[in-house]
Amino acid sequence: MGTAAIEVRGLWKIFGPKADRIIGSPDAALEPAALRAKTGCTAAVRDVSFEVRPGEVFVVMGLSGSGKSTLVRCLTRLIEPTAGEIAIDGQDVRGMSPAQLRDLRRHRVSMVFQHFGLLPHRRVVDNVAYGLEIQGVDKAARHDKAAQILSLVGLQGHEDSYPDQLSGGMQQRVGLARALAVDPDVLLFDEPFSALDPLIRRDMQAEVIRLHREVGKTMVFITHDLSEALKLGERIAIMRGGAIVQVGTPEELVGAPADDYVADFVRDVPKSTVLSLRWICRTPEPDEPLDGPELAADTVIHDAVPAAMASARPIRVVSGGELVGVVDRVDLLGAVKHQDAPAAAAAAPGEA
Amino acid sequence: MVSAPVQMAPPVPAAPRGRRLARWAPPVAGVVAVVVLYLAFKDTATLPHDDDARLFHHLNDVRDWVDENRNSSPIFLFVLNYIRLFVADLYTALQAALVALGWPGLIGLTAGLGWLAGGWRIALVSVAGFGAIGVLGKWDASVETLALTLSSVALSLVIGIPIGVWAGRSARVRRIVTPVLDVMQIMPTFSYLSPIVLLFLIGPASATIATMIYAIPPAIRITALAIQRVSPTAVEASESLGATRWQTLRKVRLPMALNTIMLGVNQTIAAALSMVPLVALIAAPGLGVDLLQALARVNVGAALVPGIAIVLIAIVLDRITRAAARPRARARAVRWGGFALLTVVGLALTPALAQEFPEQWEIQIVRPINDVVDWIEANWYGFTGFLNDAVAYGLLNPLQNTLTSAPWWLVTLAVLAFAWWLSGPRAGVVAAACLIAIAALSLWEHGMETLTIVLVASVITIAVGLALGVGAARSRRFAAVLRPFLDAAQTMPSFSYLLPAVALFGNGRFTAIMASLIYAVPVVARLVEDGLREVPQTVVEAARSAGSTERQLLWKVQLPMARSSLLLAANQGIVMTLAMVVIGALVGAGALGYDVVAGIAQQEDYGKGLAAGVALVLLGIMLDRITQGADGRRSPHKKRNA
Repeated sequence: MGTAAIEVRGLWKIFGPKADRIIGSPDAALEPAALRAKTGCTAAVRDVSFEVRPGEVFVVMGLSGSGKSTLVRCLTRLIEPTAGEIAIDGQDVRGMSPAQLRDLRRHRVSMVFQHFGLLPHRRVVDNVAYGLEIQGVDKAARHDKAAQILSLVGLQGHEDSYPDQLSGGMQQRVGLARALAVDPDVLLFDEPFSALDPLIRRDMQAEVIRLHREVGKTMVFITHDLSEALKLGERIAIMRGGAIVQVGTPEELVGAPADDYVADFVRDVPKSTVLSLRWICRTPEPDEPLDGPELAADTVIHDAVPAAMASARPIRVVSGGELVGVVDRVDLLGAVKHQDAPAAAAAAPGEA
Repeated sequence: MVSAPVQMAPPVPAAPRGRRLARWAPPVAGVVAVVVLYLAFKDTATLPHDDDARLFHHLNDVRDWVDENRNSSPIFLFVLNYIRLFVADLYTALQAALVALGWPGLIGLTAGLGWLAGGWRIALVSVAGFGAIGVLGKWDASVETLALTLSSVALSLVIGIPIGVWAGRSARVRRIVTPVLDVMQIMPTFSYLSPIVLLFLIGPASATIATMIYAIPPAIRITALAIQRVSPTAVEASESLGATRWQTLRKVRLPMALNTIMLGVNQTIAAALSMVPLVALIAAPGLGVDLLQALARVNVGAALVPGIAIVLIAIVLDRITRAAARPRARARAVRWGGFALLTVVGLALTPALAQEFPEQWEIQIVRPINDVVDWIEANWYGFTGFLNDAVAYGLLNPLQNTLTSAPWWLVTLAVLAFAWWLSGPRAGVVAAACLIAIAALSLWEHGMETLTIVLVASVITIAVGLALGVGAARSRRFAAVLRPFLDAAQTMPSFSYLLPAVALFGNGRFTAIMASLIYAVPVVARLVEDGLREVPQTVVEAARSAGSTERQLLWKVQLPMARSSLLLAANQGIVMTLAMVVIGALVGAGALGYDVVAGIAQQEDYGKGLAAGVALVLLGIMLDRITQGADGRRSPHKKRNA
């Protein structure tokens, strides 16, 4: 397999009796509801394939019941997949022995959970050090490491508290610290912030962005919140009924939704804050002056406004030194006006 | 517009009158049929008691064979005798250790444990409780009882907790273990004394094992529940970090389940202590011996003193384990430091204060208690005697005469029909099979006598429990008054209720009924109260806003919605009543319970006692199935949702 951090091919997870017989049979093509009625089985993940590049933040987004949480658990076989291939760092996960799998979970991939999953009978520092403890690291060393990670997530001074003495946001910081303490290559987040208040959620999202800049881990992030997905994801996979409907950058999803489902999803997104000039530039008219300001094609529309205000001449949109088109004030205003109409509805984060 | 939906609604079917008839017709017809058949076949096909039934002799032969081969048969030589020796050694070692501590040492250690578990209050309760035992003059017997209780509790936990963990982890194991535990808990404690004596002889080993059989179900059940309830996310988090199963069990599941498991320990200890007077029947040393002798002589004062000592042990152990089940507040160093300090002080006092509890500190209370009892007898007899006679002549005797003069097949048929109607065909068949088996054991008449007492006691228990439970659910003030009594009643070992009943009513069936009333009413009342309180507040509000009176609210909303709790309350009430009525044999309630006691005491009655034990189990299963099946039967509501 290639150089991807995570590579998933044809992954299936079907819950229920004799689940493995369904794959490859005509039943596999059935809609989830029809499949359940016919066989009593629930297809949570259906023929999913994707790749995550090293250091990338890959977001899997879908409504509840779309199979995203099952998918992320299949990656380290917390839930045993029914069929398909998974490779992490080029190594086949499905073929691993229990000991190899434990090694993977101990050193290379760790996870942050929606309901935190902290151990109430342990102090914060011992919660953070838990992963090191089960690896057999001695007490002094793991406490040192835990203290270091706690200050990285902004919890210095809370080492000796118990989890129930902390607020929800702080508890999730502990969960995050516990995942970071084992210094993994890959971090999996299962809807980590959906149990938190909106303001705290925003802080935690900023925290993840900051951590990603500082430690540069590969991240797979599960969410049902579109604004969260757009904010964090370099690429986003949209799931529906266990299958991936579309994978792409935020720009691709908003600009070219693969089907009505995705289009419906992204309809309320203020497009001028996601799309770049590439999406609205046009070939210059014969008599148009080409001495206006120059901007890169991947400049977000919204960010082109100051340049248009400074100069009445059309903006020259360039990519790789070559002119790909021009955008004038009317084009810009049109993009901002028409596509931002429902922006008020999308301003509040929440279920899209 | 408002009236439109009414007009649109389909016409109400005109069937209700016909349907009501159909619903009530079979039971009424059944009752009429049974009455007619009874009158027609009265005094035929009865099964009068025969002390010389062939089965009893066969069972005696079995006993004789076992006695002859006890030291030659391989199963005894290599398995059972070793178990007996091991358990006896465990008891002896524990008893020797407790004696070696000396009374100040033991009190100090207990106070230390109390401090460790819950702070100075619990430590004080421990000192006061165990001190009072010494003052009552029952120190030595109490130490023996404590040693026996602790050894059976230790065995229960060593065996029960691993099984519980396993059952908590595996649904398959749970499916196997649960019915076994159900039967163990329905079995009246008397019923397994005879077989245990057969296998392990009389003495502390048998007593420990009998106690363990009674005490192990809560240990297994509560451990399984605790393990099941551990937050799945915490377990998943642990697995996601690469923990092995053993690491997750040791570092996540067990610590998170620990507080609940401590409640299991608490229940196990309570169950073990309630066996104290019963295992005295099979020569267990300790307080039970004094208690039994005093009961046999109807010396209430002399019975009350060991009874109080057992209750004191129960309270101290209950408070310590209950406190240990709560999360810790103090720093580790303070807790262990205090524990060490109290224990060392106690041990240091042992040489100074002598091994024996000083006689000059003891207080004699037997005489004053008996004076009070005599006074009650002299002055209240009009009242107690009237109650006693009213129940005996008004309820017990007529019912017993009916049951024993009816043909056995008619009683079986009536039970079959009743169980079928209440709980479905399966329960009906099981109940009828149990009755037929009791007839086959040649114990029909004694079985009917026991059943009579149980039925009368159950009806009174359920009526009183229902009234108290409804009252507590409807009035917060009444609930607040009632609660401490219910709490206290549930801490006490079951037999202790015999003592006040004996004091008031002397020996006899009515005493057993009163004792089972005190024993079972708290549980029934609590289940009823909880069931009514669990009715969703929104439904109650909706009924109120529709203008229901309190009475309508109770009868049309709360009681129907609490159906399953009410049935559970009835089931528990009946099973507990049976347990108590059987123990009532100790105070002259006769029938099957007395057969068991006689079988242990007298060689020639062994077979009858063994058969009576089995009959008691059958009676328990029958009563349980009749009432429990009703809960399992699918109501139309459940069916619709499924």
